[in-house]
Amino acid sequence: MAKHERPSSRPGAGRYAFAPRNRADLLRLGAAGAAVAAVAGAFAYTGGWLSPQRLTQARVVDRFERVNGLHAGFRRNHAKGVCFTGVFDSNGAGARLSEAAVFAPGRTPVFGRFALAGGQPYGADGPKAVRSLAINFALRDGEVWRTGMNDIPVFPVRDVRGFYEQLAASRPDPATGKPDPARMRAFLAAHPETARAMALIKAQPAPSGFADATYNSLDAFRFTNAAGATTPVRWSLTPEDAFQPEAPGGVKARDGNYLFDALAARLKTGPARWRLVVTIGRPGDQTDDPTTPWPADRTRLEVGVLSVDRLEDEARGPCRDVTFDPLILPAGISPSDDPILSARSAAYAQSFTRRAGEPAAPPAVRVPAAQISGAQVSGAQGDR
Amino acid sequence: MSRSNRFPAVSHALHWAMAAMILAMLFIGVGMVTSPGDYHRLVTVHRPLGAAILVLVAVRLLNRRFNPPPPLPGDMPLWMKAAAHGSHVALYGLMFAVPLAGWAMLSAGGYPVVLYGPLHLPPIAPHMALLYAALRQAHTALALLLFAAFLAHLAAALAHALVFRDGVFESMAGRSGSKRSRTSRS
Repeated sequence: MAKHERPSSRPGAGRYAFAPRNRADLLRLGAAGAAVAAVAGAFAYTGGWLSPQRLTQARVVDRFERVNGLHAGFRRNHAKGVCFTGVFDSNGAGARLSEAAVFAPGRTPVFGRFALAGGQPYGADGPKAVRSLAINFALRDGEVWRTGMNDIPVFPVRDVRGFYEQLAASRPDPATGKPDPARMRAFLAAHPETARAMALIKAQPAPSGFADATYNSLDAFRFTNAAGATTPVRWSLTPEDAFQPEAPGGVKARDGNYLFDALAARLKTGPARWRLVVTIGRPGDQTDDPTTPWPADRTRLEVGVLSVDRLEDEARGPCRDVTFDPLILPAGISPSDDPILSARSAAYAQSFTRRAGEPAAPPAVRVPAAQISGAQVSGAQGDR
Repeated sequence: MSRSNRFPAVSHALHWAMAAMILAMLFIGVGMVTSPGDYHRLVTVHRPLGAAILVLVAVRLLNRRFNPPPPLPGDMPLWMKAAAHGSHVALYGLMFAVPLAGWAMLSAGGYPVVLYGPLHLPPIAPHMALLYAALRQAHTALALLLFAAFLAHLAAALAHALVFRDGVFESMAGRSGSKRSRTSRS
């Protein structure tokens, strides 16, 4: 170090000079610069700045906006909905599978959301619309469980890439208002799992409303009990109201919100109830593929009853300013290896971040009586 | 070669533990928001790691009062000393601000702030969508600033180690009992 010392007549400059004095200095300066550049480069790579083709959650949500148009303030998927409040009464049977407090005998307050799949907040209700039920369980120890369920038997895609491509394939052609059949055929040829799932979805008769629909978790999860034993599970909400098949024809004359109106009318006669039924997987049952149902003989365990007491519209209700991220889970419930779960979690966060900063327009579904008739646009994603 | 020219062992340990945690955290952060498949795995680490950093930076600030850093070499130019001081103020400020913004953002978004299993933190901000949106942007902006401050810190450390060779780097990088120390030119 001594050789770099300058005469004391020049205090303050000396060794604190960047200008290289010889080849070795130059190398050292270069090494320092290269090290800093390498860290910055690794950071840029990790953040996707160097790989514009990476399928990020932002690109998934961008595609929703391209397919459905931008509807500021609304969820990018399941855009049209209404809030509810109610309770979940556990019968205690679930405690042998999961230590989550929600499965101990007793009552858990809930709120949630009924919605139609698809990104059109003012789209007209229709018999083929996929219905969803999302729930927030506020557990007594301060934990939260959220689940978003659909009334289809299986999910149409099994990974985020399939989801992204299906969105493009099902985009309505501006000329016909319907998806281009050739693109859909090409997509299904490349994704036989989606073709199989669509066949199962179409084979299930559509219910007439929200209250007589069965809602399914679709994705698999893991329950862990107090002894530490883990079980693969899926769950469903099966209605106490009798299933009424959609009456053939006669839908055209209906109001654009007829499904939501019928639900509101139904709740005027008393709470609507669903049994929460856990399907217990066996070792070897596939947990990473939501397009494939488990064999029909799997044990089903009823763990409690959901009572939906009251509707509130999204402008006032508790459901708008949260995400029904399926990976908001209490201890005792954990994700399976299903890749759709993490992708849903990521995409919901992205959608929430965008809509939370936008001015919220009034929702199509108003409670109690005011009706805004929706534009007669059918959602690109939401039909079975 | 007095002991006061080296960082004490506890400061040394805090610095290097936090350096590893914060660098990992910054990479996890930018990686998770662009990787839907790994999002959940990463966010599950991100939250408790952020909470740990927040606790440690408070411990570290306290430690700094009891174990002040050794003085910079007397012949260091004034502007360089000012830059060193300013960058440390920025680093400390951001080490507090980034995790606090993250915690407040989750609170405002109505998310439970889960650390591990049933262990969770209480909300520190009202549940309000607009506030969530603002804090979500702030969390990212502050984290990028922290990364920039880290790069500046790394560049300065390497300049001390390789270009100036004045012992400043060794006062933190050497083993805490090492013989190297900041050389003073008074």
